[in-house]
Amino acid sequence: METLNLIFLSVIYTAIYFGILLLHIAYATYAERKIIGHIQLRLGPMVVGPHGLLQPIADVVKLIFKEDIVPSRVDKFIFKVAPLISLTAALSSFAVIPVNQNWVISEIDVGLLYVLGIAGLSVYGIVFAGWSSNSKYAFLGGLRSAAQMISYEVALGLSLVGVILMAESFNLTEIVNKQSEYWYGMFLLPQIIGYFVFIVAMLAETNRLPFDLPEAETELVAGYFVEYSGARFSLFYLAEYAAMFCMSALAAICFWGGWTVPPFLIEAFPFLEKVPGIVWFLLKLYFHIFLFLWIRGTLPRYRYDQLMAIGWKVLIPLALVNIVLTSILKYYL
Amino acid sequence: MKNNNLAEKELIVNMGPQHPATHGVLRLVLEVEGEIIKKCTPYIGYLHRGVEKLSEDLTYVQSLPLTDRLDYLSSMVNNVGFALAVEKLVGINVPERAKFIRTIMSEMTRICSHLVWLATHALDIGAMTVFLYAMRDREYLLELFEMIAGARLTVSYSRIGGVRCDINDEFLDKLGKFINEFPDRVEEYETLIDRNRVWLKRTKGVGVISAEEAINYGLTGPVLRGSGVYYDVRKFFPYDAYDQVEFEVPLGKNGDIYDRYRCRMLEFRQSARIIKQCIEKIPSGSILAENALRIRMPESPLKIDKQDISFELYIEDKQIESFIEKFPEVYASVEAPRGELGFYIVCDNSSKPFRVRVRAPSFVHAGVLPKLCEGSLIADVIANIGSIDIILGECDR
Repeated sequence: METLNLIFLSVIYTAIYFGILLLHIAYATYAERKIIGHIQLRLGPMVVGPHGLLQPIADVVKLIFKEDIVPSRVDKFIFKVAPLISLTAALSSFAVIPVNQNWVISEIDVGLLYVLGIAGLSVYGIVFAGWSSNSKYAFLGGLRSAAQMISYEVALGLSLVGVILMAESFNLTEIVNKQSEYWYGMFLLPQIIGYFVFIVAMLAETNRLPFDLPEAETELVAGYFVEYSGARFSLFYLAEYAAMFCMSALAAICFWGGWTVPPFLIEAFPFLEKVPGIVWFLLKLYFHIFLFLWIRGTLPRYRYDQLMAIGWKVLIPLALVNIVLTSILKYYL
Repeated sequence: MKNNNLAEKELIVNMGPQHPATHGVLRLVLEVEGEIIKKCTPYIGYLHRGVEKLSEDLTYVQSLPLTDRLDYLSSMVNNVGFALAVEKLVGINVPERAKFIRTIMSEMTRICSHLVWLATHALDIGAMTVFLYAMRDREYLLELFEMIAGARLTVSYSRIGGVRCDINDEFLDKLGKFINEFPDRVEEYETLIDRNRVWLKRTKGVGVISAEEAINYGLTGPVLRGSGVYYDVRKFFPYDAYDQVEFEVPLGKNGDIYDRYRCRMLEFRQSARIIKQCIEKIPSGSILAENALRIRMPESPLKIDKQDISFELYIEDKQIESFIEKFPEVYASVEAPRGELGFYIVCDNSSKPFRVRVRAPSFVHAGVLPKLCEGSLIADVIANIGSIDIILGECDR
């Protein structure tokens, strides 16, 4: 009976967690359109609800009820399953991401490894979509994506090694708790090189500008999802935004001290202690989401070979240097 | 493909005519190996409207609106080009005020057209913000066009012997305000992309055309000047009021995408400079030549029915000479935003042109695309199309 209870509760918790998460993701699209709208001197959504606030809901309704077009020559099974793989991979990683002390669906000791591994799986969805669409644009988009993900997954993993060395753990909660032991309260300062590598690799991992080569709407029309429509298209979209949230959460946890506030800040402003941890966490997370949008409003797109060069010739060596430096510091201090 | 080894298979990608970066209806058939272009074949003609042939059944004045549709982003300049050719043919003196108005309009068109180029070129490389900034400024100019000509895109504003209607003080005030602010706006674009590492990496050393190649391909306009060749119709064969204003012709050095971009950015400033001088110097007076509405075409000694001009007539040189004597011909060109836009007209003493032929810069520039694209990557094709800045309406006539 107890096991049944546990399963029931887990399902309820997960449903609530993902419900809140999906709502966040839906409103992230709204935020994107509003913020980029302001950068580009236009309004963004204004019609549905006050200041267009109900626009994401309207979008969801529209996308669900749109005709689901499956082109006749596609590999039907893989075509249909690809967006699900992407979304599942992107959402699963949230299972281990703590949003506050002890607020996590599943507290596991290899949390960081799990997130990296699962996030890497989403490339299957993209490659499958690109291949099964039977369209050359989609095929090229899928290939690009595969190469991009493989290259940047390495840099992303290596950039976090410094954090792991400092925290002496893969457990995300412990990484956060370890940070508050130091006076500076976050790994951002000692891991600044790692953070830089992480931010760049994060943009590439999530296929955002300036690295949105798998989509590259002016080159490959829409890349891997060119043949998708309606609900299936929206699954890809959700997956992309979920990945953005996942990476932002990871940045907040690994480099910005998660839900904690640096001790020196609390000393200076004691009232900050009363702010709940989740607020700090969300602030740090949304800062990174804003970073994504800001960069999209500013930068053009890299070329494919340049992207590869940055990954292999700049980011990976930088991450390796960071690991060596961190190890030396760790040994002597 | 005979070889079944997958690694050696070439993929044929149809880029366009529906592709968002082909700006109209250009179709490029690309043979790619991985992402590298092995062969690029441009196909044109999807927008063919037979402007040249249609002109033969319309009077000179009626043909004028057709020129609007050639390069739909710079219809003012097209109008001026056609009007200049007919004026040269008939020998009309255009009043000074009309000349200045035309110069102002031509330069406004150049700014408008370059703004669309900047917007789409930046969008192609992925910078969407520039697109909306440039469109904002273009909108202001289009409203000025609307104020004077009643239309925004296909204006049909020039007339043979002048312009259709006079400009007023309100127009000049608004234009003056724009011209004063515009250099700051150009700087704004430059801060967004000119010092941007990604932009520089995407444009410097990419799509290089040497000066010699540029001349051999017959390129004109900013594409030619980007390669460092000093040629501008406004300087070499001044028309309208261009000999009465001071301006420089910006030149590039390396002939890459960046140089072409720089040339056009500098042309923004020069155009603003020309307009400023024109506003200061514009004289009062008539805007249309006397009797411009009752012009007579030069008389040819022999009236030949078009049906009689068969292939045989061309066989002997003498006959060709006599043919040319009987049919006055004229060529006049203007510096359109995309390059030298020429109108060649043969007249047969009727109210309709016997033959019209347009020397369209976009058509010539499209020819250099295979040279630019072969050996480069797919992303460079897009950047190259943007830097060549072709308009298919003009290409397909």
